[in-house]
Amino acid sequence: MMKHLLTLFLFSLLSITNAQATQENDVLPTILPLLQENTVASKQQAINTIATSSDPRKAAYLQALLAGELYLHPDGTLALITNNQALDAKTTEALQLPDTEFKKITTTNNLRSQLRKALEQLNMTDPDPKVRLQAATNLLSTITPEIAQYWRQLLGTETDSKVKAALQLGLDLADLNATEKSTRLQAIQLLAGNLAPEVRKRLQPLTTDSDPDIAQAAQRSLKQINDQIKLYSYAETLFFGLSLGSVLVLAAIGLAITFGVMGVINMAHGELMMLGAYTTYFIQQLLPNFIDYSLILAIPAAFIVSGLMGILIERTVIRHLYGRPLETLLATFGISLILQQLVRTVVSPQNVPVANPSWMSGSLEINSVLSLTYNRLYIVIFCLIVFTLLFMVLRKTNLGLQVRAVSQNRAMARAMGVRSARVDALTFGLGSGIAGVAGVALSQLTNVGPNLGQSYIIDSFMVVVFGGVGNLWGTLVAGLSLGVVNKLLEPWAGAVLAKILVLIFIILFIQKRPRGLFPQKGRAAGD
Amino acid sequence: MLLTILRNDRGGQIMLSVLLATLIAVPLLNLLVPAGNPLHVPTYLVTLMGKYLTYALLAIAVDLVWGYLGILSLGHGAFFALGGYAMGMYLMRQIGDRGVYGNPDLPDFMVFLNWKELPWFWYGFDMFWFAMIMVILVPGVLAFLFGWLAFRSRVTGVYLSIMTQALTYALLLAFFRNEMGFGGNNGLTDFKDILGFSLQADGTRIALFIASGIAVIAGYLLCRYIINSKLGRVVVAIRDAESRTRFVGYKVENYKVWVFTVSAMLAGIAGALYVPQVGIINPGEFSPLNSIEIVIWVAIGGRATLYGAVLGAILVNYSKTVFTGLMPESWLFMLGALFVLVTLYLPQGLAGIVNQFKARRSSKQVTA
Repeated sequence: MMKHLLTLFLFSLLSITNAQATQENDVLPTILPLLQENTVASKQQAINTIATSSDPRKAAYLQALLAGELYLHPDGTLALITNNQALDAKTTEALQLPDTEFKKITTTNNLRSQLRKALEQLNMTDPDPKVRLQAATNLLSTITPEIAQYWRQLLGTETDSKVKAALQLGLDLADLNATEKSTRLQAIQLLAGNLAPEVRKRLQPLTTDSDPDIAQAAQRSLKQINDQIKLYSYAETLFFGLSLGSVLVLAAIGLAITFGVMGVINMAHGELMMLGAYTTYFIQQLLPNFIDYSLILAIPAAFIVSGLMGILIERTVIRHLYGRPLETLLATFGISLILQQLVRTVVSPQNVPVANPSWMSGSLEINSVLSLTYNRLYIVIFCLIVFTLLFMVLRKTNLGLQVRAVSQNRAMARAMGVRSARVDALTFGLGSGIAGVAGVALSQLTNVGPNLGQSYIIDSFMVVVFGGVGNLWGTLVAGLSLGVVNKLLEPWAGAVLAKILVLIFIILFIQKRPRGLFPQKGRAAGD
Repeated sequence: MLLTILRNDRGGQIMLSVLLATLIAVPLLNLLVPAGNPLHVPTYLVTLMGKYLTYALLAIAVDLVWGYLGILSLGHGAFFALGGYAMGMYLMRQIGDRGVYGNPDLPDFMVFLNWKELPWFWYGFDMFWFAMIMVILVPGVLAFLFGWLAFRSRVTGVYLSIMTQALTYALLLAFFRNEMGFGGNNGLTDFKDILGFSLQADGTRIALFIASGIAVIAGYLLCRYIINSKLGRVVVAIRDAESRTRFVGYKVENYKVWVFTVSAMLAGIAGALYVPQVGIINPGEFSPLNSIEIVIWVAIGGRATLYGAVLGAILVNYSKTVFTGLMPESWLFMLGALFVLVTLYLPQGLAGIVNQFKARRSSKQVTA
């Protein structure tokens, strides 16, 4: 029944679109009696009439019907009533309300689905290519020979390449049901490599087709598609791994400065990240109307907050413990406990909600099986930017030169006039500030709470140790590769076991190469 | 024999005398003095003291490797927990069909997880002697493997500390998994009795308290014996000048592995005594925070004294009990401050204060 009606409506639609220029009829007089008749059949006819007419308001009629906003008065007035405001459909003038005589034009499920299809079909000629693409995609699963015929026509005039591809796909899908074997075979071949889920759904039953040629061709095409899907899923895993790795690099890179360059074990590093995440939260609280921009503002703010806290820690505690790494470890662990409890007491022991700006949500769709979420994508980019900046600071600025000089030979650097105490404080501040910046990134990925830092500290140390202490490149490579390995292991080992395996791997790796992937060479390597 | 071990060890003599006196006095005050009398020691206090004593043994184990070998282990909590799990498995098997599900063959959590039969690594744990061997063997073997790998490739200092932390973290994650077969998140609990004696009975609790005290004394004497022996001299030499000791011709790795393994076994015994007294063992015991807390007990008491470790463990845990009861907010502040202040201003710990005082007095006597 449905299909028959659709056919009817499509055929008439075609004839109308061909002759669109000549006819400019108001559809209202035609449909009014049909609506007044108030039966399902009459309403179906009315919908068809609207859809096939060239009334400029036909989309509006269909949408109003679908939304249940069309009302009929016994005197024959058709009105659009929304939010207690009524418009006369004929004169488009406002009507006096309340008027209890108006009766809503009701629709059944069948009618609504007919309305939706009609609207999609209307969208196929929408001037916006995005709307056309959406309409075509929505119609793909219900494509019939009639729609296909209409699409073939549209394909000739279509200019947008994406819409064109969607139309072509629809036509190929329709050809799968063609009567001639050659057409079907050709369609199967053309569909090979197409990743739309609809294609797989349609090819699957064909693999057991009674005709062996068709079945074989379908199997071939399906295999080709599945191979591609597998390839893309590897790409997706790689991307997930890289984004996880970027988080690790961000968390570890500040540590690479304090641990690697200065030789200071800072167990409070995680809490400095936590401070960065809380800074993000407070900035969002201060500027509740600028969620989209406050994140950008949070980056320098977190750098300053964590950096200053780092300098404070260095001046009050770490300064007295240089050359005693194990004691530094204990003292900074104490500081981490104090900072955690401080946040619990001052802010709240619970997690705080940090909003995601609108540009972080959504995803970049490469094709129907591979889409990259923006937040992960930005994390990767952000990580690379932070790494580059830090690298430049250490390589190109005066401070970087002094930092390297002090880390390589403190006595000599002092003899050359470097104020090593000041350099120590600034280096520690820099490493801590980077931790704060990492905290901003983490606030977008995980819960922001007093325990945020704890969960990352061991991972960060692993990355630094694995990459080789005192080597920024090592940290980058180690972080990214650990992230990828973790994600590669996850499908068959589960998330927790994957993490355990990675930890065991690092423990064993350090036995083989105690100085990490990229050990420092030359004089700086001496203990 | 005993006298030779404790010769020149004033602190140890005092500590052991006090401990021995407590071990005799507390059970008497609990059993003979009627409740309501101010001198009566309630049973919960006996168990609490028993718990502190297991911590003290753990602290001795850490002091042996940190104070005398210079290895800062951030993973001794793992050995403690492994010993605890071995004991917990024995206690689990003793429940028999008295669990919630009444299954005579499987512990409750396995019934809950729909397991059909006992995993192979649970075999034998219904025998006490087997469980006790495992209490020592499992931490020992893990420490041996870890130490053998780490010390042979000369992983030292901070790297080693971080590796031990990674080890306990990995175990924490592993034991949280239900698939591991150790009760997952909830761990092992709901114990009924040990060697046929109810764990709730006063007599059993006092026996466990005394056993913990004896274990501390034995552990102390063992460590003191090791340190006084020729091997102990080499161990201290390794701590102070590892390369030189190696050049002199000693196999540094072997000494390190040996002492590290002994220390892990002591930690395992401490864990095994801890579990029946607190009545539960769960993966939380593996948390890196626990392991690092042990180190601070030793640091507060005073490194490389052994009796300082006992003092520190009991003192810190007593304050923890008091302050988490009175002002739960303040405890982490205090613990954090302890970490910072002790490392900055009290590198020798409390035992160091006494020694400094003594040294000042003797130097005065010399000048006078």
